[in-house]
Parts: sequence; C-alpha cells; structure tokens
Amino acid sequence: MNTSTEQRQRWISVLAKAPTESLLKLSDPVVSDMQFELIREPEIGLTQVRARMGGKGDAFNMGDMTVTRCVVRSQGDSLGFSYVAGRNKPHALRAAQLDAMLQLADFHQPLTDMIIEPLNQLMLNTQQQKQQATAATKVDFFTLVRGED
Amino acid sequence: MYVAVKGGEKAISAAHELLAKVRRGDTREAELSVKQVEQQLPLAVARVMTEGAVYDPELAALAIKQSAGDLVEAIFLLRAYKTTLNRFGICEPINTEAMQIERRISATYKDLPGGQVLGPTFDYTHRLLDFSLMAEGEFSDPSDEAENLTAVPESVSKVLEILEREKLMASEMDHQHQPTDITRDPITYPADRSARLQSLVQGDEGFLLALGYSTQRGYGRNHPFAGEIRIGEVEVSIVPEELGFEIEIGAVQVTECEMVNGFTRHRDGEVKFTRGYGVGFGQCERKAMAMALVDRSLQAADYDEEVVSPAQQEEFVLSHCDNVEAAGFVSHLKLPHYVDFQSELELLRRIRAAEQSDSAKETN
Repeated sequence: MNTSTEQRQRWISVLAKAPTESLLKLSDPVVSDMQFELIREPEIGLTQVRARMGGKGDAFNMGDMTVTRCVVRSQGDSLGFSYVAGRNKPHALRAAQLDAMLQLADFHQPLTDMIIEPLNQLMLNTQQQKQQATAATKVDFFTLVRGED
Repeated sequence: MYVAVKGGEKAISAAHELLAKVRRGDTREAELSVKQVEQQLPLAVARVMTEGAVYDPELAALAIKQSAGDLVEAIFLLRAYKTTLNRFGICEPINTEAMQIERRISATYKDLPGGQVLGPTFDYTHRLLDFSLMAEGEFSDPSDEAENLTAVPESVSKVLEILEREKLMASEMDHQHQPTDITRDPITYPADRSARLQSLVQGDEGFLLALGYSTQRGYGRNHPFAGEIRIGEVEVSIVPEELGFEIEIGAVQVTECEMVNGFTRHRDGEVKFTRGYGVGFGQCERKAMAMALVDRSLQAADYDEEVVSPAQQEEFVLSHCDNVEAAGFVSHLKLPHYVDFQSELELLRRIRAAEQSDSAKETN
C-alpha cells in the first residue's frame, strides 16, 4: 500500500503522544490476534534536546530527554518503528506494532478510524481544556499616569 | 591529598539504614509516592530536570524522594543515571514560537499581539502562609464559568521580533553551526556561546541568580528589561536514520526568557539593543531570567565592554556554575586527609618549637 510520508508522520506523531492508557485500551483488541517479530526490543535511551539562541538563532544543547524505541515486523512483512518520549516499553512496543499495521492496505483505514482519529480527538480535547484554563488568566494592564494631576 | 582507608563497612551500612529511616519519617504518616512528588512538587521537579540535564519528570521525582528533598543531591542522582543510558540521537531544535502557551508576559509592551497571559504564577500572591493548605480537603477545580474567553492563539509571535523588524535589536541568525556538547568535550576558553548556554542551562540556579543580581547592582551593568517570558509545551522531533524523515516523539514543557538589554553601537555601525537568552525544562522562571542576565553579561567581549566584574568573566562563571562539580569538590574535604593534616601539624609544631628555643636564647 502506498501511504505518503506525511500520512505516516501524522500517525507516528499521534501514537507517540497519546496517553499510554488510552492507546493500549483502544488497540488491545486489534493487536491481540496479530503476530509480530521483534526486530529491536523496546529499549530506553536518551536523545539530546536542542534550543536556539534567542529562539531562532544558532542551536545549542539544552540537555537530554529519555526516549523509548522499538522495531517490529508484522505478518504482512511491514516494518513498524517507534520513538516515544519517556521510559515506557509497553507504549513503544504498541506504537511500533500499530505503525507496522497501518502500512498494510487491509488495516490502514479501520485502524485510522478506530485508533488514530479517536486518540487525536482525545488529545485535542485535552489541549482545548488547557487553553481554556490558560485563557482565564489573560490580563489587561492599565498604566497609571504618574506625578501630579 | 586524601588517602585510602579500610574498614567501617558495618558502620556505613548502618548509617545508610538510618538515612532510609530518617527519609521515611514517622511511619504513622502515609509514605510519599513518586507520583505525588511529580504531580505536587512540579517546580522542584523542573529544577532537578534542568540542572540534571534530563527531561523525565518521573525520574526527577524519584531522585527528589530518594534524596529526601535535597535538590542538589537529586540533580547528582539524575546526572549519574544519565551516564548509564545510550544516546539514540539528537532532536531537532525546539521551536518556542510554536509553543502551546501556558504563561506569557512582557515588561516592555503593555499591549501585545496574542496578549499577556499570567498562567500559574506566584506573582501577585501576598506571600502569606496559606493555612488552608494544612487542612486536608477536596480541591475544587477553577470554575468553568469562563466559556466565552478569547482563546490564546495557537502560535504567538515573539516580542523581540517587534524590535528586530524595526532594526532596533541585535538579530539572532541560524548560521547552521554545529553546537558544542560540553558533556562530550570539556569547555575550552574562550568558549563559544553554544557551550556557554549549555553550561548555564545546567548551572546552579542560586549561583546564577546571585550573578544576575550582581549585574543589576552595578557589577557588569547591562540594563535589562524582561522582553518576554513564556512557559508552555513545545513539540520535540527527531529524524531517525532508519526512517530518514522527521517524526514527533512527544512534547516537553519549557520556560524561556528573552531579555532586552542596553543598546550599544554594533559592529555593523548601527546603534541597537542587545539581548540575553535563558531557557530551562519545566516551570523555571527565576532560573531562565538569571540565565538570560548572565548570558548577556558574558557577551561583554562581543561589544568591547570592559570585563571587570565576576558575572562578565567567562572562565570564572562557567567553571563554577555546576553544582554537581562544586558540591563534589567541597564534599571531598570530608574524605580522610589524615596524612596531609599530620604533616601540616608537624610543620606547625616545628615552627613553634624553633620560635620557642629562639626566644629562650634571647632571654638568656
């Protein structure tokens, strides 16, 4: 099946950022009767985080963040990859499995509808709630005239 | 110089057991969970992540619990853990302009595109102890009344860009230079700014705060305004070799401070403001501000300013700002220096004995 790089980037992003609990709950039924070959077991490591001077100048190193990665091969011979922020092996394994399945024609649409879209919606809702709470602290300052009137 | 000693194993293990007991406190009280530390002490977690140089709130919380709240010890624990992990790669630089804003203020413009958003702040609190926190009770979420609030825009443009557009501010440009990594290559002097900034991010908040303060009091004056402070989540992405394209792996919360500093004639002949930059993991506003002040004072050479104050002295600042190194060298004084001390003691006794015999001769 031909999926564009943009499509794949999108689902990889959703799978990486989704809350683990929701990801596992939604995908357990789909993955349970599939076989995967573990190419690279879930493994915890670091990636270096970079920032830019003044936000947009030359890059500098800020520190590292923990990350978990995994590679699997599906029955349909597709390779699934995952890189997930934090130390979470079950999450990384599941994200890799789903990445592999989403590349298969038979699974692509159903998995997109059943897993990717709901997870994306869930994250949008959380983000919206956060934005609401933040918006309540928006402020208008008045400058007072100083000195004698 | 200290010497090796043997023995004491029993006493040492008893001391560690005692430490565990002290850390646990009164067992009639519920034990503090790592999740509670992570959720309820987020600013302590932020400091440990920033200075420990690893973004992982859970690990930072564990370090805080293990160190019984000694944050410098917790930072040490996190740094030590970091050395046990492989580095898989390097993230693309974070884009703070696309930050999901949780707080954004400016002390240079009252009205800003995108507005000023206070977020969760200690500012404007009265610093009175809140005894209601001593009573255990249900926490009520802030009311959801505010339905028709103007949402904070998805992406809020930077305050300093307003000045840059008018050509009144030194501009930052990406020259695609490969940044120095001080965790791999020790700093050499003069250091480039990428090494300085990495060192300042990991630097001790107290030390940098004091240095920043010293510049305000006249020791390396650089006339700062808090141009913009923002806190929020930014996406992190990497380009794994095996994929060959960029993928998002998650988000990190960061605090960023952009200082507008006193103007001077630049090398291009124009008079413009100068700038200092501070950034850190989590909510760490004081640290980011202090870092921005020191980043600017360390640019003294770029503007032909006379280097006369501690905050302007690169080698002094960078070689003393790391609290793991500093604590290590101060703590080593506790190691056995018996032989060293004996030789000093003997020398002093000999001097005293010689002086006594001299004065005895004189009186005779």
